[in-house]
Amino acid sequence: MADVKPLVEVRGLAKHYERRGNPFARRRGASNAVRAVDGVDLTIRRGEGVGLVGESGCGKTTTGRLLLHLIEPTGGQIVYDGEDLSTMNVAQVKEFRKRAQLVFQNPFDALNPRFTLYRSLVEPLSNAGVPEDEHETRILRALERVHLRDAERLLDKFPHQVSGGQLQRIVLARALVLDPEFIVADEPVSMLDVSVRAGILNVLREAKRDLGLTAVYISHDLALVRYVCERTVVMYLGRVMEDGPTEDVVESPAHPYTKALVAAVPTPDPQQEHVALPILPGRPDATAVPSGCPFRDRCPEAHARCAEEVPAAHEIAPGHVVHCHLFES
Amino acid sequence: MLLETNDLTIGYRTASGALRAVEGVNLAIPEGEIVGLVGESGCGKTTLARSLIGVMAGNANIERGEIRFQGRDLVSSGARYWKDRRWRDIAYIPQSAMNSLDPVYRVGDQLLEVLIRRGGMDRAKAKRRAEELFELVGIEANRLRDFPHEFSGGMRQRAAIALALALDPTLVIADEPVTALDVIVQRQILDTLDDLQKRLGISVLLVTHDISVVAYVCDRVAVMYAGKLVEEGPVDTVLGSPVHPYSMGLMNAFPDLGRASRTLVPIEGAPPDLHDPPAGCRFAPRCPFVVDACSEPPEIEAVDETHRAACWRMGEAEALRKDASEVTTWQT
Repeated sequence: MADVKPLVEVRGLAKHYERRGNPFARRRGASNAVRAVDGVDLTIRRGEGVGLVGESGCGKTTTGRLLLHLIEPTGGQIVYDGEDLSTMNVAQVKEFRKRAQLVFQNPFDALNPRFTLYRSLVEPLSNAGVPEDEHETRILRALERVHLRDAERLLDKFPHQVSGGQLQRIVLARALVLDPEFIVADEPVSMLDVSVRAGILNVLREAKRDLGLTAVYISHDLALVRYVCERTVVMYLGRVMEDGPTEDVVESPAHPYTKALVAAVPTPDPQQEHVALPILPGRPDATAVPSGCPFRDRCPEAHARCAEEVPAAHEIAPGHVVHCHLFES
Repeated sequence: MLLETNDLTIGYRTASGALRAVEGVNLAIPEGEIVGLVGESGCGKTTLARSLIGVMAGNANIERGEIRFQGRDLVSSGARYWKDRRWRDIAYIPQSAMNSLDPVYRVGDQLLEVLIRRGGMDRAKAKRRAEELFELVGIEANRLRDFPHEFSGGMRQRAAIALALALDPTLVIADEPVTALDVIVQRQILDTLDDLQKRLGISVLLVTHDISVVAYVCDRVAVMYAGKLVEEGPVDTVLGSPVHPYSMGLMNAFPDLGRASRTLVPIEGAPPDLHDPPAGCRFAPRCPFVVDACSEPPEIEAVDETHRAACWRMGEAEALRKDASEVTTWQT
């Protein structure tokens, strides 16, 4: 796949948020910023499913929003299909919005409660200027892809009249109705019950396979990411810790943070071992990120250098990159 | 048995009519064990858990049945007796730890209040006990002076556990104690809960929607569906060789980090509206193994000495388990 031109290239991406604080200190130039995303490099190839995982505050949601040009980065660059997102004009942004779609986390909030499901589905088509005689086929095709039963009977209903699983399928259909090539799904199933979740995950897998979609799934759930993504990117406090094929990242995690994260995931197997987590006490605090490696104050293998230098990317296997001084060859 | 419910039935009056959130449930919590109560949204698990401490929503009431705690029925013993059991014998950790802590009081003061007013301790003794409790759940004693907002999510959960353990209860009911927490914090809290249960020899009823949490810490598990108990037994048995089709469905729908290649099997459809539940087995409308008998509600019956289930076809469980692992089986 190395010869395939990447769809998205991210270099040194940063998003800092100014916090309220001491206005005098701010005037003196002392920065009070929360570094939600701080120097992220990412290459997403066409047709690839990439999982962004990490705990609350690691910057995964902010990264997703930056990728869709929903917020402006503080620094760095996102090149989408050869085009720098920050230099697009209005017409180009409009074109980009047809090609790249967001799947919302909470299906109960994602649709206008006063619109029928039909209206929610037809709206993106009208906005994108799709001729009216194509609407029906487009909508029915999208509904078929998300395997919504009795779809036609449901279209005249309002969001509160259908179940969570049906609603999430509509949200998904709405994202697919413009035939996008790139989707970002932010915790697409976290609000749903297990029995319903499995169906949505299967739809996501199929849509990716059948439509050749390029997809970024944002989730705190490593098991879910393993199910739908061939590549996994682990983030901690605004930075990438590890990036590689999902199988490798889960089966043989290299970064000390990934090791702790993988070890912490409970499985439905009652025989699983209860081992101590390889992590020091504490919690990620985005308002007080340690110098050097952001994980160093909780890393059992941290040494002096980790406080001084942000670790560079070290490729430990083809396509498997670890940001940790331990892997300097 | 430390606690046993017999035919427990709890109804709600709602704007759209009456419904039964819990119906005919026989739950048993043995001494010194962690029992998981598992099910999906709206299955009645929180209603059941809260009824055990006698604290329910204003529009809920126990229509029939018993809650026997240490041999005595709490429902018929009067509100006074039940209230005296609260904190002292049966403690509750609510769904969100923020809800059990008052934001305008220091965490330590909230602990002291329970220790002094309910525990009858003097101030000095209560202070020593508060420090001891914080140490027990893994928070430094000097944090007793903090307000809840100064705590992280994990620490709040620990404080809520300390509060529940304040008066040495024999039974702790924990409602989704780790649901809103990040995976590393979740694991640490579960380890703390597990460790405390073993050290103090208490019983825990752990309410959760997450089978992996059950698998990690529970000894036994009770599965609820649409207000009814459908299966109950040792964790290894119920998760390893479930007998009720709903339990099978739950296991097959659950993403397992350890078994990636397996295709997840969704359960088609949605749980019934409890205002108008199916007359027979409540899972029948979604069940791929429906037979004529399912139009009558099955009783929960023994599979063996430790394992019970409510399914007309429980004798064929082994064959059904095989079919249940195929996606096509559920696509009726």
